[in-house]
Amino acid sequence: MRKVCTRILSIVGNVVTVRAEGVSYEELAEIATAREKSLAQVIRLDRDTVYLQVFAGSRGISTGDEVKFLGHPMRVGFSKSMLGRIFNGSGIPRDKGPAVTENMIDVAGPAVNPSKRIIPSNMIRTNIPMIDVFNSLVESQKLPIFSVSGEPYNELLARIAMQAEVDMIILGGIGLKFDQYLYFKHTLEESGAMNRAIFFIHTASDPIVEGLMVPDLSLAVAESFALQGKRVLVLLTDMTNFADALKEIAITMEQVPSNRGYPGDLYSQLASRYEKAVDFEGAGSITTLAVTTMPGDDVTHPVPDNTGYITEGQFYLRNGRIEPFGSLSRLKQLVNKKTREDHRAIMDGMIQLYAQYVEAEEKRAMGFRMSDWDKKLLKYGKLFEKDMMDLKVNIPVEGALDRGWDIISDCFNPNETNFRTELIQKFWPKNKD
Amino acid sequence: MNKVLGKVVSISGNMISVEFKGDIIQNEVGYVLLGKKRLKAEVIKIRGDIAYMQVFEYTKGIKVGDRIEFSGQMLSVQLGPGLLAQIYDGLQNPLPELAQEFGFFLPVGTELPAIAPKKWNFTPLVKKNDKVTGGSFLGHVPEGIFKHKIMVPFYIKEECIVESIVPKGNYKSDQTIAKIRNEDGKVIDVSMTFEWPVKIPIEAYAEKLSPSEPLITKIRIIDTLFPIAKGGTYCIPGPFGAGKTVLQQITSRHAEIDIVIIAACGERAGEVVETLREFPHIQDPRTGKPLMERTIIICNTSSMPVAARESSVYTAATIAEYYRQMGLNVLLLADSTSRWAQAMREISGRLEEIPGEEAYPAYLESRIANFYERSGLVRLRNGEMGSLTIGGTVSPAGGNFEEPVTQGTLKVVGAFYGLSRDRANARRFPSVSPLESWSKYTSIIPQDKIDTARSILFKGEGVNQMMKVVGEEGTSIDDFLIYLKAEFLDDVYLQQNGFDKVDAATTAERQQYVFSKIVDILRKEFTFTEKKEAREYFYKLRHNIIDLNYKEYGSNEFKNQEKKIDSLLKGENHA
Repeated sequence: MRKVCTRILSIVGNVVTVRAEGVSYEELAEIATAREKSLAQVIRLDRDTVYLQVFAGSRGISTGDEVKFLGHPMRVGFSKSMLGRIFNGSGIPRDKGPAVTENMIDVAGPAVNPSKRIIPSNMIRTNIPMIDVFNSLVESQKLPIFSVSGEPYNELLARIAMQAEVDMIILGGIGLKFDQYLYFKHTLEESGAMNRAIFFIHTASDPIVEGLMVPDLSLAVAESFALQGKRVLVLLTDMTNFADALKEIAITMEQVPSNRGYPGDLYSQLASRYEKAVDFEGAGSITTLAVTTMPGDDVTHPVPDNTGYITEGQFYLRNGRIEPFGSLSRLKQLVNKKTREDHRAIMDGMIQLYAQYVEAEEKRAMGFRMSDWDKKLLKYGKLFEKDMMDLKVNIPVEGALDRGWDIISDCFNPNETNFRTELIQKFWPKNKD
Repeated sequence: MNKVLGKVVSISGNMISVEFKGDIIQNEVGYVLLGKKRLKAEVIKIRGDIAYMQVFEYTKGIKVGDRIEFSGQMLSVQLGPGLLAQIYDGLQNPLPELAQEFGFFLPVGTELPAIAPKKWNFTPLVKKNDKVTGGSFLGHVPEGIFKHKIMVPFYIKEECIVESIVPKGNYKSDQTIAKIRNEDGKVIDVSMTFEWPVKIPIEAYAEKLSPSEPLITKIRIIDTLFPIAKGGTYCIPGPFGAGKTVLQQITSRHAEIDIVIIAACGERAGEVVETLREFPHIQDPRTGKPLMERTIIICNTSSMPVAARESSVYTAATIAEYYRQMGLNVLLLADSTSRWAQAMREISGRLEEIPGEEAYPAYLESRIANFYERSGLVRLRNGEMGSLTIGGTVSPAGGNFEEPVTQGTLKVVGAFYGLSRDRANARRFPSVSPLESWSKYTSIIPQDKIDTARSILFKGEGVNQMMKVVGEEGTSIDDFLIYLKAEFLDDVYLQQNGFDKVDAATTAERQQYVFSKIVDILRKEFTFTEKKEAREYFYKLRHNIIDLNYKEYGSNEFKNQEKKIDSLLKGENHA
């Protein structure tokens, strides 16, 4: 029989307490207020006092409301029929479709045994040269997109969602602005990518606690599909909102804050989500891309800082472009030797030249005289930014490599570059020298 | 004996409090009984009839009123032959065996024996009526490349008489191989394995000595400028992406040491996987056997339960001390101690202790000190020597070294390798900062040469800073030469290509030889008048010495390259 309490003892922040026995840790409960029903999760047990975190927030809860314990932890349905559907942060449909009740799985399951992991070896093509050529995304990788508010990170995610070479996409929105949510929905619907996508959306106007479950729901569903052999790409935006929700609950629970108010377990909390990225031997995989906005463009802020220690590299999105410096895919070495023989040479060569361009540009800005070489670099830099770095550029990696040779040959003579002779003979465009 | 029982009264995160009857021990292990599952937990605070316990598993599903069974034992590891080449979690559960039984995911509430009962070929070293005590060698079994010594359990402190010992032959590891009688006449059965509590250092040796002999890591900047000694300690703090883990991995491959224990504590699983999958295929140049045979991995990655992360470094230290007792040189690499400290912080927070700086517990520094103090060079009771060297990485928040874990560590270690993001960004690897790092141990290189090199590095950095303001034009040729020399030293010697077969590992002999050559160049007076000329000259020199770095030491190519460099040095004035 389900346990029911009819007396709420305290309401503090989004946490309520009731008196009940036989309740298990992290069990779910349903609170029925005059207006709606909301889910709540047990976050602390102290003798017969039960602390519940209310997903819909505590506004409007009466001390006389009924709290019904459901006897199980947070669960989410898992079936093929979820493709193309949109759910909220409690796993309840946001679209007008029916609730998914088959195959209920627990969220936040156990960790993968490290000895069952394999060294990743497949590249995920996105047709974005700054990713494919310079910092390839690798199956089972976890990468954050470090950015400041106002950058087009959601546009970038949407493009990746449309184009990435994976079997399915799970989008987890945490504190997403409503218009951004609509943007994702429309963009994916128009491109036809929606039928391979599942959305778990928590918008900025929803109660903040509900956002906490979004990564867990997304990753639990992703994991189940991956075990069935699907290559799943999980896109999360924005993990800083997730961390802020953690902070809010921690403060409400009177936990001692560690750094700028964030709880001491921020690292573990983030890691247990990011580490879900995995390549199952003989089955599918989970790859995670997560937007992390940096408050004040400060990479040492606790959220990006902890994230950087967990993830396998990072993309910096600045001025609408993925920065070539600072951005890093730690796993790219595992895949970029297999694409085309000139991949690594172009990757290193173009960035070295671009670094020289940046220096030349600084000199120019300070009013120094430009040498012929500087002028070549300036021309190169402009072309590189326009034809490679611009996020609108949309070509497969082979095309991007060819374009790289075009740009270089437009600006330099072969002997001004430090490519190996065989590569120049093979790839240098024939109509120029 | 009746087992002490208790029941859960509160749960918060991985912390439970338990009402108990009877006597329990601080750090005793208890199990939360959850149906068939037994969740392991450790007592960390006792107040009245309430014990506070940290649970080594996820606490999802525990109820108030659930029963606890206390074990009467402190958290311990099993010691004996069969540890080498194993991969354990923080509580010494063998991960490959868990994977075999449970598949992709780590099961909750399951324990497997750390040492599989396997037959070993035992050769006795003592005979009836010999006098023995804790740590005495009773015999040995072959374990990979070593003679694994079978010892009298360390908890036996008094002198005992060997009553009987089995003859040479094959025995199972849990079989009795000797009976020893203590002073009170009690006879104790000894098998090849025994348990030892992880938080208590093993001290079954005659004395601890001050570390003196250098430990060769084959990383030039370390061995030459900032050496480690066998039995010493060092720490590697650095921001993310600076190459801490890579440096630890390179050390674990090339260090001249008998046994390497890697404690992957709260870091990415992917990094452990590289070690797991590659070490069995990499040959140890010293023995010709796969590197895995000298390696033990204790792996508690970031998504595994936090409390087990806290104990994983102790598990690693205990196993390391056990092998030191056999007279071996052991290197323990802990990556990263910050995650371990954070685990302590989480637990301290749940205990509602008064927080210290950045919410770390007040006892943080003493815990760090206790951990590093488990290192050391020891003389065993039979006169043999053994050593345990500990190297820990630190992941300071925001890359700022002024934080409690870095500062607490710096107080107790003998060498400090500060990694710098600037060096990493400039692709200067290893990114150990030559200006910030220090070591208290003696180098393989004479001190006067080190002084020359370091003073050039410091002066060169000064000139570099000045040049940023006044430009190259405003710098005198003498200053400019110092700058060139400093860059030259950095490029050709301090940086090392970890991916090249030859350059990745530089032997002590080669370091002594090449470094003295480089110091000669640093001390040489040059008479350039033009900066352009000087730069070109040094670039040429640099190019030639980098080429030398890729040549096998003592080979003909090496000698030819050396001749080229010598002639370049002689011809300087005509350049």
